[in-house]
Amino acid sequence: MIKNITNLGDSAIYCDFGKEVNKQINSNVIKYFKNIKEKKINGVINLTPSYNKLIISFDLSKINFKEIRDIILNLKIKDFESDKGKTVNIPVCVNDNFSLDLKRLSEKLNINFDSILEIFFKKKYFCYMTGFVAGMPFLGDIDQKIRLKRLETPRVKVPKGSIGITEQFCNIYTYETPGGWNIIGNTPVKIFDKFNEKNPTKINPGDQVSFFQINKSEYCKLNND
Amino acid sequence: MIKSYFEILRPGINTTLQDEGRANVYHIGVPFSGAMDKRNYLISNSILGNNVNTLSLEFAYQGPLLKLKTGKVCASITGDVIFNIIRKNSKIEKGECYKSFILNSDEQIDIISTNRSVYGYLSVKDGFQGDIFWGSSSVHTKSEIGPNNGKKFSLNEKLYLNKSQQNFVSKKIKYQNSKIEFIRVIKATNFDYFSDEAINNFFNKEFYVTKLTDRMGMRLEGPKIENNCETNIKSEGLVKGVIQIPADGNPIIMLSDHGTIGGYPKIAVVVSADLDRLAQTTPGSKIKFKLIELPEAERLFKLYNFETENIINNLI
Repeated sequence: MIKNITNLGDSAIYCDFGKEVNKQINSNVIKYFKNIKEKKINGVINLTPSYNKLIISFDLSKINFKEIRDIILNLKIKDFESDKGKTVNIPVCVNDNFSLDLKRLSEKLNINFDSILEIFFKKKYFCYMTGFVAGMPFLGDIDQKIRLKRLETPRVKVPKGSIGITEQFCNIYTYETPGGWNIIGNTPVKIFDKFNEKNPTKINPGDQVSFFQINKSEYCKLNND
Repeated sequence: MIKSYFEILRPGINTTLQDEGRANVYHIGVPFSGAMDKRNYLISNSILGNNVNTLSLEFAYQGPLLKLKTGKVCASITGDVIFNIIRKNSKIEKGECYKSFILNSDEQIDIISTNRSVYGYLSVKDGFQGDIFWGSSSVHTKSEIGPNNGKKFSLNEKLYLNKSQQNFVSKKIKYQNSKIEFIRVIKATNFDYFSDEAINNFFNKEFYVTKLTDRMGMRLEGPKIENNCETNIKSEGLVKGVIQIPADGNPIIMLSDHGTIGGYPKIAVVVSADLDRLAQTTPGSKIKFKLIELPEAERLFKLYNFETENIINNLI
C-alpha cells in the first residue's frame, strides 16, 4: 500500500501512499499510522499522518533510516475496529461578525448566501488529518459548486473557532492563527483540550463531521458553558 | 519549608521554560518544542549534576533579571551569554558561563544579553518546577501548552524551583561555542521541483537570516529559488530542519515550534548535527548550504554526540 519510502533528512522517514487525495488512500495512511503507533518502535518520536503521506520522525541515536524502513516494510498491517470513525456534530453560527468571506464567496461563485450555506450544511465531511496547529481538522470534500481558492492575501489573524473552506476542503481554526481560507462561520465548541491528555482532539482522522446552524443567542450560551 | 522562587524583575524578550521536548504529539498538531540549542541546554544541566530532561529557562537576545526569594540555589548559565550576579550588598560580580555559582536569598541574576548568538540557558540544581503535558514541560506559546499557561514570562511573575538537596559543589566545563562555515543539508522530497539554476544558487550563494526568525522557523533571503513545477503541494508532515520554498522563492527552515504540517515544496533538510548551531545564527548573518548524503549525515551525528559526551565528561 506504501508506494515509496524515502528518508526526510537523517531523522525521519517519508512514506508515500499516492498523489491523489481521497478517502481510500487516506484510510490506508491512518491504518499504517495506528499499526506503527501500536507497535511502539523503540526510537520513534512522532508520527504525522496527512492526506496521502505518513512521516515518522525518530531519535537518530537509537535507530536509523534503514532499520526503521525494514521494520515498516515487514510490518503485518491489521484493521482496527475504530477505523470506522465516529460522527461529530459541530454547531456553527453564521452572521456578519463571523462569516467574514460569505460575500466574497457569493460574488466569486455567483451563488447567493442561502444557497452556499444550504450546500455546505447538507453534507457530512470526512476528517483526513489534524495538524498545522493543535487539533485543527482538515475535512472534505465540499461540493464542487462552493469550491474557491484561498484569499489572495491571507489574514494575519483568523479568529479562533472560524470555519473555513477552500478548494475541496473545510476546516476549523482551533486557535487564532494566520490563514487564508474563506471563513463562513464560527463554532463556540472547544475542539482541542490540552487538559485532556488521552483525547485532546474532538475530531480525529477517520471521523465524520456534521455541521449544523445555530443562532447568536445559542452561540453565546454554548460559549459560556 | 517555603518554596524557593525567582521573582521576575525584567522578563527579557523571549523567556520560556524548556526541556528536551514533547514526543508523540505531531499527529494532534502539537510541535516537538524543547530547547533550541540542545547541547547548551544539556551542558547547563550536566554542570549541576541534574537528571536528563530537567526543566531549564531558555532566553533569547536580552535575558531576564531575576531575584531569588527564600533559600539558596546552585545555578549555571550556558551559551555565549553576558550576565552579572548582583549580591546583597549591591556588589556586582561578572558572571561566567559554563561554571556553577551559588545565589543566596535576595540576590539577583541579571542576564544582559546573548553575545553574537541567540539562545542561552539558565539551569538550577534539580530544575525548575513546571506542569507536564504529554510527558514534557516545554512551553509552546502558540498552542498555550506547558507551564505558566503556555506563555513566555512577564514582569513580576514567579518562577518556582524544585526542592533541592543542598550539597553544592562548584563545577566548571571548558567549552567554546563554535561557528559553522556551512549548514549541511540532505536532499528533500521535492528537490526535483527546482530548476538547475535554482539548485546552483541554493548551494553556491549566500543567504541572509532575516528578522522574521523565531522558535517556529528561520526565514532567509538571498537569490530567489525558482520552482519550475508547483509552488504548492498537498499538505503533509514536517520535521525540524526541513527547508520549505514558498512561491516567493525565499527559504523557510522549520525550527522547534514549527507547524506540524505544511504545503510548500521541501528542497532540503538540515542535518541533525547542525541544528544547534543553526538555531544560534542571528538575524543579519549569512549562511551557506552544503549538500551531503545520508550516511555522511549519520556519521556527523555520531560525532556530534561523541563530542557532547566528551564535553560533559570533562567536568572540572
